[in-house]
Amino acid sequence: MAKFPRDTFRDSLSVSLTVGAYGVAFGAASIAAHFSVLQTCLFSLLTFTGASQFAAVGVVAAGGAGLSAVAAATLLSTRNALYGMQMSPLLKVRGLKKIAAAHVTIDESTGVALAQTPRGTEAMRTGFWLTGLGVFIFWNIFTLLGALGAKALGDPASFGLDAAVPAAYLGLLWPRLQTNFLRLVAVASMIFALAITSWLPAGLPIIMSVLMAIAFGWREV
Amino acid sequence: MMWAVLLGTSVFCFAIKLLGHYIPETWLSHPRLQRINALIPISLLSALIVAQGLVIKTHIVIDHRLAGVGVALAALLAKMPFPVVVVSAAVASALAYHLH
Repeated sequence: MAKFPRDTFRDSLSVSLTVGAYGVAFGAASIAAHFSVLQTCLFSLLTFTGASQFAAVGVVAAGGAGLSAVAAATLLSTRNALYGMQMSPLLKVRGLKKIAAAHVTIDESTGVALAQTPRGTEAMRTGFWLTGLGVFIFWNIFTLLGALGAKALGDPASFGLDAAVPAAYLGLLWPRLQTNFLRLVAVASMIFALAITSWLPAGLPIIMSVLMAIAFGWREV
Repeated sequence: MMWAVLLGTSVFCFAIKLLGHYIPETWLSHPRLQRINALIPISLLSALIVAQGLVIKTHIVIDHRLAGVGVALAALLAKMPFPVVVVSAAVASALAYHLH
Protein backbone atom coordinates (compact mmCIF):
# COMPACT_ATOMS: atom_id res chain seq x y z
CA MET A 1 0.00 0.00 0.00
CA ALA A 2 2.88 2.33 0.73
CA LYS A 3 3.67 2.42 -2.97
CA PHE A 4 0.39 4.17 -3.79
CA PRO A 5 0.82 7.88 -4.26
CA ARG A 6 -1.36 9.33 -1.52
CA ASP A 7 -2.98 12.00 -3.68
CA THR A 8 -3.94 9.50 -6.37
CA PHE A 9 -5.48 7.27 -3.73
CA ARG A 10 -7.47 10.20 -2.32
CA ASP A 11 -8.71 11.24 -5.79
CA SER A 12 -9.83 7.71 -6.59
CA LEU A 13 -11.60 7.13 -3.31
CA SER A 14 -13.52 10.42 -3.31
CA VAL A 15 -14.66 9.91 -6.90
CA SER A 16 -15.65 6.29 -6.20
CA LEU A 17 -17.77 7.22 -3.20
CA THR A 18 -19.51 10.21 -4.77
CA VAL A 19 -20.27 8.53 -8.07
CA GLY A 20 -21.09 5.20 -6.46
CA ALA A 21 -23.82 6.92 -4.46
CA TYR A 22 -25.60 7.76 -7.72
CA GLY A 23 -26.28 4.03 -7.84
CA VAL A 24 -29.18 4.64 -5.43
CA ALA A 25 -30.89 6.72 -8.13
CA PHE A 26 -30.29 4.03 -10.73
CA GLY A 27 -31.62 1.29 -8.45
CA ALA A 28 -34.79 3.30 -7.85
CA ALA A 29 -35.20 4.23 -11.54
CA SER A 30 -34.88 0.61 -12.60
CA ILE A 31 -37.50 -0.54 -10.09
CA ALA A 32 -39.80 2.29 -11.23
CA ALA A 33 -39.43 0.91 -14.78
CA HIS A 34 -40.65 -2.47 -13.42
CA PHE A 35 -37.34 -4.33 -13.56
CA SER A 36 -36.87 -6.80 -10.69
CA VAL A 37 -34.29 -6.30 -7.93
CA LEU A 38 -32.18 -9.10 -9.45
CA GLN A 39 -32.30 -7.56 -12.94
CA THR A 40 -31.48 -4.14 -11.47
CA CYS A 41 -28.38 -5.51 -9.72
CA LEU A 42 -27.32 -7.42 -12.84
CA PHE A 43 -27.52 -4.17 -14.82
CA SER A 44 -24.96 -2.57 -12.52
CA LEU A 45 -22.74 -5.67 -12.45
CA LEU A 46 -22.80 -6.45 -16.18
CA THR A 47 -23.51 -3.21 -18.03
CA PHE A 48 -21.63 -1.00 -15.55
CA THR A 49 -21.79 2.32 -17.35
CA GLY A 50 -24.18 4.62 -15.52
CA ALA A 51 -25.69 6.84 -18.20
CA SER A 52 -26.41 3.84 -20.45
CA GLN A 53 -28.11 1.97 -17.62
CA PHE A 54 -30.29 5.01 -16.94
CA ALA A 55 -31.09 5.24 -20.65
CA ALA A 56 -32.06 1.57 -20.98
CA VAL A 57 -34.49 1.63 -18.05
CA GLY A 58 -35.63 5.13 -19.06
CA VAL A 59 -36.73 4.03 -22.53
CA VAL A 60 -38.53 1.02 -21.03
CA ALA A 61 -40.25 3.30 -18.49
CA ALA A 62 -41.29 5.61 -21.35
CA GLY A 63 -43.03 2.65 -22.98
CA GLY A 64 -40.41 2.20 -25.69
CA ALA A 65 -39.55 -1.04 -27.48
CA GLY A 66 -36.76 -3.25 -26.16
CA LEU A 67 -34.68 -2.56 -29.25
CA SER A 68 -34.96 1.21 -28.68
CA ALA A 69 -33.81 0.73 -25.09
CA VAL A 70 -30.73 -1.25 -26.13
CA ALA A 71 -29.96 1.20 -28.97
CA ALA A 72 -30.17 4.27 -26.69
CA ALA A 73 -27.93 2.62 -24.09
CA THR A 74 -25.41 1.53 -26.72
CA LEU A 75 -25.26 4.99 -28.32
CA LEU A 76 -24.63 6.52 -24.90
CA SER A 77 -21.71 4.16 -24.33
CA THR A 78 -19.80 4.92 -27.53
CA ARG A 79 -17.62 7.39 -25.63
CA ASN A 80 -16.24 4.44 -23.65
CA ALA A 81 -14.57 3.23 -26.87
CA LEU A 82 -12.68 6.52 -27.03
CA TYR A 83 -11.63 6.07 -23.39
CA GLY A 84 -10.43 2.51 -24.06
CA MET A 85 -8.43 3.74 -27.00
CA GLN A 86 -6.64 6.22 -24.73
CA MET A 87 -6.21 3.85 -21.78
CA SER A 88 -5.01 0.77 -23.66
CA PRO A 89 -1.49 2.05 -24.51
CA LEU A 90 -1.15 3.25 -20.91
CA LEU A 91 -2.25 0.03 -19.17
CA LYS A 92 -0.49 -2.49 -21.47
CA VAL A 93 -2.39 -5.52 -20.14
CA ARG A 94 -3.47 -8.80 -21.75
CA GLY A 95 -5.93 -11.64 -21.28
CA LEU A 96 -8.22 -11.52 -18.27
CA LYS A 97 -6.71 -8.26 -17.07
CA LYS A 98 -7.62 -6.74 -20.44
CA ILE A 99 -11.22 -7.91 -19.99
CA ALA A 100 -11.30 -6.42 -16.49
CA ALA A 101 -9.74 -3.17 -17.72
CA ALA A 102 -12.34 -2.91 -20.48
CA HIS A 103 -15.19 -3.50 -18.04
CA VAL A 104 -14.09 -0.66 -15.75
CA THR A 105 -13.36 1.74 -18.63
CA ILE A 106 -15.85 4.50 -17.78
CA ASP A 107 -15.95 8.31 -17.41
CA GLU A 108 -14.54 8.26 -13.90
CA SER A 109 -11.65 5.78 -14.23
CA THR A 110 -10.47 7.51 -17.42
CA GLY A 111 -10.99 10.96 -15.88
CA VAL A 112 -8.96 10.21 -12.75
CA ALA A 113 -6.24 8.48 -14.82
CA LEU A 114 -5.89 11.51 -17.09
CA ALA A 115 -5.92 13.87 -14.11
CA GLN A 116 -2.83 12.04 -12.75
CA THR A 117 -0.79 12.89 -15.87
CA PRO A 118 1.53 15.31 -14.01
CA ARG A 119 2.25 12.60 -11.41
CA GLY A 120 3.53 10.13 -14.01
CA THR A 121 2.51 6.92 -15.76
CA GLU A 122 2.46 4.75 -12.63
CA ALA A 123 0.07 7.16 -10.89
CA MET A 124 -2.14 7.19 -13.98
CA ARG A 125 -2.38 3.39 -13.97
CA THR A 126 -3.06 3.32 -10.24
CA GLY A 127 -5.72 6.01 -10.65
CA PHE A 128 -7.43 4.05 -13.41
CA TRP A 129 -7.59 0.76 -11.52
CA LEU A 130 -8.43 2.19 -8.09
CA THR A 131 -11.20 4.38 -9.47
CA GLY A 132 -12.57 1.70 -11.80
CA LEU A 133 -12.73 -0.92 -9.05
CA GLY A 134 -13.84 1.60 -6.42
CA VAL A 135 -16.76 2.85 -8.51
CA PHE A 136 -17.63 -0.75 -9.39
CA ILE A 137 -17.88 -1.75 -5.73
CA PHE A 138 -19.81 1.30 -4.51
CA TRP A 139 -22.04 1.56 -7.61
CA ASN A 140 -23.20 -2.03 -7.09
CA ILE A 141 -23.75 -1.68 -3.35
CA PHE A 142 -25.76 1.51 -3.80
CA THR A 143 -27.74 0.05 -6.70
CA LEU A 144 -28.93 -2.75 -4.41
CA LEU A 145 -29.84 -0.24 -1.67
CA GLY A 146 -31.75 1.94 -4.15
CA ALA A 147 -33.60 -1.03 -5.59
CA LEU A 148 -34.60 -2.39 -2.18
CA GLY A 149 -35.63 1.09 -1.03
CA ALA A 150 -37.80 1.72 -4.10
CA LYS A 151 -39.32 -1.76 -3.80
CA ALA A 152 -40.26 -1.03 -0.19
CA LEU A 153 -41.90 2.29 -1.13
CA GLY A 154 -44.32 0.86 -3.68
CA ASP A 155 -46.29 3.00 -6.18
CA PRO A 156 -43.66 5.17 -7.99
CA ALA A 157 -45.94 8.19 -8.53
CA SER A 158 -47.06 8.23 -4.90
CA PHE A 159 -43.48 8.75 -3.72
CA GLY A 160 -42.36 10.98 -6.56
CA LEU A 161 -40.10 8.33 -8.10
CA ASP A 162 -41.46 9.09 -11.56
CA ALA A 163 -40.07 12.63 -11.23
CA ALA A 164 -36.88 11.55 -9.45
CA VAL A 165 -35.77 9.77 -12.63
CA PRO A 166 -35.87 12.80 -14.99
CA ALA A 167 -34.39 14.82 -12.12
CA ALA A 168 -31.51 12.34 -12.00
CA TYR A 169 -30.98 12.75 -15.77
CA LEU A 170 -30.94 16.50 -15.25
CA GLY A 171 -28.36 16.03 -12.50
CA LEU A 172 -26.21 13.94 -14.85
CA LEU A 173 -26.59 16.47 -17.67
CA TRP A 174 -25.93 19.59 -15.59
CA PRO A 175 -22.14 19.31 -15.10
CA ARG A 176 -21.71 18.70 -18.85
CA LEU A 177 -23.28 22.05 -19.81
CA GLN A 178 -20.12 24.11 -19.47
CA THR A 179 -20.53 26.48 -22.44
CA ASN A 180 -23.43 28.31 -24.09
CA PHE A 181 -22.97 26.11 -27.16
CA LEU A 182 -23.46 22.95 -25.08
CA ARG A 183 -26.52 24.51 -23.39
CA LEU A 184 -27.91 25.28 -26.84
CA VAL A 185 -27.41 21.65 -27.91
CA ALA A 186 -29.27 20.50 -24.78
CA VAL A 187 -32.24 22.84 -25.31
CA ALA A 188 -32.41 22.05 -29.04
CA SER A 189 -32.39 18.31 -28.26
CA MET A 190 -35.25 18.74 -25.77
CA ILE A 191 -37.36 20.75 -28.22
CA PHE A 192 -36.60 18.30 -31.05
CA ALA A 193 -37.51 15.27 -28.92
CA LEU A 194 -40.78 16.89 -27.84
CA ALA A 195 -41.60 18.00 -31.38
CA ILE A 196 -41.39 14.47 -32.81
CA THR A 197 -43.04 12.77 -29.81
CA SER A 198 -46.53 12.59 -31.32
CA TRP A 199 -45.35 11.08 -34.61
CA LEU A 200 -43.02 8.32 -33.47
CA PRO A 201 -43.42 5.24 -31.30
CA ALA A 202 -42.48 5.83 -27.64
CA GLY A 203 -38.73 5.68 -27.05
CA LEU A 204 -37.69 6.52 -30.62
CA PRO A 205 -37.56 10.31 -30.05
CA ILE A 206 -34.85 9.62 -27.45
CA ILE A 207 -32.68 7.84 -30.01
CA MET A 208 -33.48 10.35 -32.76
CA SER A 209 -32.09 13.12 -30.55
CA VAL A 210 -28.66 11.84 -31.58
CA LEU A 211 -29.37 13.65 -34.88
CA MET A 212 -28.98 16.89 -32.91
CA ALA A 213 -25.55 15.75 -31.69
CA ILE A 214 -24.57 14.98 -35.29
CA ALA A 215 -25.97 18.29 -36.62
CA PHE A 216 -24.27 20.42 -33.97
CA GLY A 217 -21.02 18.43 -34.03
CA TRP A 218 -20.67 18.34 -37.82
CA ARG A 219 -18.75 21.60 -38.10
CA GLU A 220 -16.30 23.17 -35.71
CA VAL A 221 -17.73 26.12 -33.79
CA MET B 1 -38.53 -8.27 -22.78
CA MET B 2 -36.88 -7.08 -19.54
CA TRP B 3 -34.23 -9.82 -19.70
CA ALA B 4 -33.58 -9.10 -23.39
CA VAL B 5 -33.03 -5.39 -22.63
CA LEU B 6 -30.71 -6.24 -19.72
CA LEU B 7 -28.63 -8.75 -21.66
CA GLY B 8 -28.61 -6.77 -24.93
CA THR B 9 -27.50 -3.61 -23.15
CA SER B 10 -24.81 -5.46 -21.21
CA VAL B 11 -23.40 -7.26 -24.26
CA PHE B 12 -23.29 -4.19 -26.53
CA CYS B 13 -21.93 -1.84 -23.88
CA PHE B 14 -19.15 -4.28 -22.98
CA ALA B 15 -18.36 -4.92 -26.66
CA ILE B 16 -17.91 -1.18 -27.18
CA LYS B 17 -15.63 -0.88 -24.17
CA LEU B 18 -13.52 -3.83 -25.34
CA LEU B 19 -13.41 -2.57 -28.92
CA GLY B 20 -11.85 0.66 -27.67
CA HIS B 21 -8.99 -1.31 -26.11
CA TYR B 22 -8.21 -3.06 -29.40
CA ILE B 23 -8.42 -0.33 -32.01
CA PRO B 24 -5.44 1.88 -32.82
CA GLU B 25 -5.62 5.37 -31.38
CA THR B 26 -5.73 6.96 -34.82
CA TRP B 27 -9.00 5.30 -35.86
CA LEU B 28 -11.43 7.35 -33.83
CA SER B 29 -9.37 10.51 -33.66
CA HIS B 30 -11.14 12.28 -36.54
CA PRO B 31 -12.16 15.67 -35.10
CA ARG B 32 -15.73 15.42 -36.43
CA LEU B 33 -16.21 12.02 -34.80
CA GLN B 34 -14.84 13.34 -31.51
CA ARG B 35 -17.09 16.40 -31.57
CA ILE B 36 -20.20 14.33 -32.25
CA ASN B 37 -19.20 11.77 -29.65
CA ALA B 38 -18.86 14.49 -27.03
CA LEU B 39 -22.34 15.80 -27.84
CA ILE B 40 -24.17 12.44 -27.84
CA PRO B 41 -24.56 12.21 -24.03
CA ILE B 42 -25.90 15.77 -23.95
CA SER B 43 -28.51 15.12 -26.66
CA LEU B 44 -29.61 11.76 -25.24
CA LEU B 45 -29.83 12.94 -21.62
CA SER B 46 -31.78 16.02 -22.74
CA ALA B 47 -34.25 13.86 -24.68
CA LEU B 48 -34.53 11.47 -21.72
CA ILE B 49 -35.43 14.36 -19.38
CA VAL B 50 -38.39 15.43 -21.53
CA ALA B 51 -39.38 11.84 -22.41
CA GLN B 52 -39.70 10.98 -18.72
CA GLY B 53 -40.77 14.34 -17.37
CA LEU B 54 -43.25 15.57 -19.98
CA VAL B 55 -44.37 12.60 -22.05
CA ILE B 56 -46.68 9.63 -21.49
CA LYS B 57 -46.45 7.10 -24.34
CA THR B 58 -46.65 9.43 -27.38
CA HIS B 59 -48.39 12.43 -25.80
CA ILE B 60 -47.04 15.51 -24.10
CA VAL B 61 -48.59 15.55 -20.63
CA ILE B 62 -48.04 18.26 -18.03
CA ASP B 63 -48.54 16.74 -14.58
CA HIS B 64 -47.00 16.36 -11.11
CA ARG B 65 -43.67 15.24 -12.65
CA LEU B 66 -43.04 18.74 -14.01
CA ALA B 67 -43.19 20.13 -10.46
CA GLY B 68 -40.44 17.67 -9.54
CA VAL B 69 -38.23 18.51 -12.51
CA GLY B 70 -38.75 22.24 -11.84
CA VAL B 71 -37.60 21.84 -8.24
CA ALA B 72 -34.60 19.77 -9.46
CA LEU B 73 -33.66 22.62 -11.79
CA ALA B 74 -33.91 25.12 -8.93
CA ALA B 75 -31.77 22.86 -6.71
CA LEU B 76 -29.11 22.58 -9.42
CA LEU B 77 -29.10 26.36 -9.91
CA ALA B 78 -28.59 26.65 -6.14
CA LYS B 79 -25.57 24.30 -6.52
CA MET B 80 -27.12 21.57 -4.38
CA PRO B 81 -25.46 18.11 -4.45
CA PHE B 82 -26.97 15.32 -6.56
CA PRO B 83 -28.85 13.46 -3.76
CA VAL B 84 -30.55 16.71 -2.67
CA VAL B 85 -31.57 17.37 -6.28
CA VAL B 86 -33.17 13.94 -6.72
CA VAL B 87 -34.85 13.78 -3.31
CA SER B 88 -36.29 17.31 -3.49
CA ALA B 89 -37.68 16.50 -6.95
CA ALA B 90 -39.31 13.35 -5.59
CA VAL B 91 -40.84 15.21 -2.64
CA ALA B 92 -42.19 18.03 -4.82
CA SER B 93 -43.66 15.58 -7.32
CA ALA B 94 -45.25 13.41 -4.64
CA LEU B 95 -46.80 16.52 -3.03
CA ALA B 96 -48.20 17.67 -6.37
CA TYR B 97 -49.51 14.15 -7.04
CA HIS B 98 -51.37 13.93 -3.75
CA LEU B 99 -52.67 17.52 -3.79
CA HIS B 100 -54.05 17.07 -7.27
